[in-house]
Amino acid sequence: MSDIEIEIDGKPLKAKPNSMVMQVADEAGIYIPRFCYHKHLSVAANCRMCLVEVEKSPKPLPACATPVTPGMKVLTRSPKAMAAQKAVMEFLLINHPLDCPICDQGGECELQDLSMGYGSAESYFTEGKRAVKDQDIGPLIATDMTRCIQCTRCVRFGTEVAGQRELGAVNRGEHMKITTYIERALHSELSGNIIDLCPVGALTSKPFRFTARPWELTQYPSVAVHDCLGSNIYVHTRRGDVMRVVPRENEAINLTWISDRDRFSYEGLHHIDRLAKPWIRVDRRWQETDWSTALTFAARGLQRVIVSDPKQLGALASPNATLEELYLLQKLVRQLGSPSIDHRLRQVDFADQDDMPMMPGLTMAMKDIEQSDAILLVGSRIQQDQPIAALRVRQAALNQAHVLAVNMMDDDVCFQQTVKRIVAPHQFVNTLAAIAKALIGEQPEWAEIEVTEHDSIIATHLQNSKKAVILVGLAAFNHPEASHIRRFTQCIAKACGAKVGFLTDGCNAAGAWLAGAIPHRAAQAHPVSEVGLNANTMWHEARKAYVLFNVEPDLDCANPVAAAHALEQAEFTVAFSVFQNPLLSDYAHVILPIAAFTETSGTFINAMGDWQTIKGMASPYGEARPAWKVLRTLANLLHLEGFDHDSTEAVRQEVESISVHPLQENTGSVPVLKASYAALSRIGDIPLYAGDSLVRHAKALQATQSIIEGELAAVRMHPALAAALSLKPLDKVTVKQGRYHGIRLPVILDQRVPEQAVYIPAALAATNGLSELFGSIEIQK
Amino acid sequence: MMQRLIQFIKTFSLWELVSGLKLTGRYLFSRKITVQYPEEKTPTSPRFRGIHALRRYPNGEERCIACKLCEAVCPALAITIEAEPRFDGSRRTTLYEIDLFKCVYCGFCEESCPVDSIVLTRFHDYHMEHRGENILTKEKLLAIGDRYETEIAADRATDARYR
Repeated sequence: MSDIEIEIDGKPLKAKPNSMVMQVADEAGIYIPRFCYHKHLSVAANCRMCLVEVEKSPKPLPACATPVTPGMKVLTRSPKAMAAQKAVMEFLLINHPLDCPICDQGGECELQDLSMGYGSAESYFTEGKRAVKDQDIGPLIATDMTRCIQCTRCVRFGTEVAGQRELGAVNRGEHMKITTYIERALHSELSGNIIDLCPVGALTSKPFRFTARPWELTQYPSVAVHDCLGSNIYVHTRRGDVMRVVPRENEAINLTWISDRDRFSYEGLHHIDRLAKPWIRVDRRWQETDWSTALTFAARGLQRVIVSDPKQLGALASPNATLEELYLLQKLVRQLGSPSIDHRLRQVDFADQDDMPMMPGLTMAMKDIEQSDAILLVGSRIQQDQPIAALRVRQAALNQAHVLAVNMMDDDVCFQQTVKRIVAPHQFVNTLAAIAKALIGEQPEWAEIEVTEHDSIIATHLQNSKKAVILVGLAAFNHPEASHIRRFTQCIAKACGAKVGFLTDGCNAAGAWLAGAIPHRAAQAHPVSEVGLNANTMWHEARKAYVLFNVEPDLDCANPVAAAHALEQAEFTVAFSVFQNPLLSDYAHVILPIAAFTETSGTFINAMGDWQTIKGMASPYGEARPAWKVLRTLANLLHLEGFDHDSTEAVRQEVESISVHPLQENTGSVPVLKASYAALSRIGDIPLYAGDSLVRHAKALQATQSIIEGELAAVRMHPALAAALSLKPLDKVTVKQGRYHGIRLPVILDQRVPEQAVYIPAALAATNGLSELFGSIEIQK
Repeated sequence: MMQRLIQFIKTFSLWELVSGLKLTGRYLFSRKITVQYPEEKTPTSPRFRGIHALRRYPNGEERCIACKLCEAVCPALAITIEAEPRFDGSRRTTLYEIDLFKCVYCGFCEESCPVDSIVLTRFHDYHMEHRGENILTKEKLLAIGDRYETEIAADRATDARYR
């Protein structure tokens, strides 16, 4: 259909058919006052603030709910429109308390702003004002429901976007109130967005409560560092301190939303465990020292080990480090003569690492997920690992796409799943093989595989789809047979013409691959003369020296027990760290405090392959320094060549100037199945707010996690398994993996766990006595 | 010629000395206007803008609600405020400081205050002996308020009908 010509305030405009007056006006930059309208939510038209005069219409019409018609003439500031808007404002102000001075929204309040233009100084209203009792809706969001003007944006957000109907409106007219019905904390991992949506101060941020005013804050564009999507954010600082984080609109990634993890993780920046000074260990005792002493100490220690055998040095980096940091680190380690550097801390199976693409990622735009007609989730708890990506999956599901899942946990997710196969880790590859078999047909290698009915339904859906997408999640990456999972996934994708997207751990895994923070490739995928040890082998074949780059070995690694053993035996360990960590305090020899993501400049590459560069915006905590500077100085002290960068831009340019080494396509032979190895296996997923050190130190998020997930330090099992083992809830059991000592944990019954597995979350202090995330496990009473 | 004669007579009759002493004598016996400061003080307007104070409600609760309007309006950036929820959930300052070296005594803070908490009192005769005493902390401000509350309240009452 062709465009419609309309006129707003005398300005001739072209509008798409079926669009609303409000949309056309917004595009043309004509502001119509509004409270309930939001471009990513449905039209409710219940605030009536956007009343405008339309020619030939006897009464003013709401701009947000009036579709354009040819030749329409709209007047937004005519006397009639203004009178209507002023009248609406008067009604809105009847019940709104005059508590702006103590309201956190003051200064950025839509009602406050508009009442300057449309409100009257005097009110005719002499009756009593409405008061509403506040509810406690969790540690993240503070409520002052008396201030609510019933725009229902928060309700619509929950219903339409997040897919969790947690807030609703009860009663009518003046008695209408927004409530959770039964007082409880919001469980949505996107709940923080209702803070931004609320046009008044009814819903405000609890951690930010009363601490700063919007006019005091300086806004810096930045990137969220807690999942591989790199949601765009604004960081608000005051006098060099980060005060809060709000979303920055990016249609390609996060629209106008961010996850709670991205929004509230800043609290960790002020945690008491932040390292303020370098520490060195002299004669087994810790000493606080200055930078030059610490760096000289670190350089000497590293040199001592390298002189005997440089290959005895192993470097482990966090996938949350910036591209520049990872590049400098791998350059430093490789120049010292060691090929062993890795960022894949939680992975254990690297058999197919040569077949991996240059930067494992989505290989598609977020929009493609939304527009696909079949989505297969492979080992992906997408809603908790990448909440913003889950929104796209949900959108696809709402567009009638089939969401299929092969997962280890039967989570209550925000989208409709057509078929789900919930299997224990040791049956995972078999299930994928069965789907492949149902798709491709019998192969000699696959004779033993049994295809269940569900597998063939999944296969049929994939076969019938025109635009299928397979998303491989964190659990699949951390699985002991991850390479098999990837091979079968590729095999399935090939058979049904689907695109495969990897949702990787950390925010910069793609950057780490590109920078060469992997043992088998240098920067830009150049081949290396000698393939080094991977993250898992580095712990099992203990090195004499370690460089730990922003790694908490007891929480960030696949095998915390092996990590502790290896560090105990190491002659010299240099730790770059943002926070104090018990394992580092026990075994490291130098701890260098580095700046957190808000305090350093750098580049993050997200799963879509976008390079997003951010600038430092807050002053580093104590004497912490940006890590790239520390690496540069350390390299200079070690007399290495090529560390003369004066900014992160220079490092980035150096990375960009390296030509991209073309990789060979993998051959795609039929994957062979290994025999399944266990009777009972552990699901060692990373809980919602435990993925990285910053999130683990954010108080409000931790409080929310314990409300949403309950006691995490427990053995969660299916009631059927508990019955088979004759266990009752809260019975203490000893769980044991391999040759290591077991730990004692209480039993919790959980319907989400498959019957042949137990869910014991990783990345927790209480469970880091276990060794493998997804390995076999023994339970003893 | 005449001029010179008069001048001659005046010179010898000490005329100018006499007229000077006449002025001295007049002031010697007239009513004195000297104020014996600090024992005596000149009257001040209830609108006088002297040292700052933070007021309390009669029940002892501090008035300040940490809205930070005074901090925002202060043209000399003399006010620094930090706030957080108090144990009872109310919005309160944890730090309220006025730098007297920066303050220009314009009274905007008082004008902007929605709860009449920060006020400029009539008292202007204060001094500092040590470095750092120029910073009025919350405790000091509240102490000034407590000490002069009767006067402050009376002044506000006098001025109320012009506001």
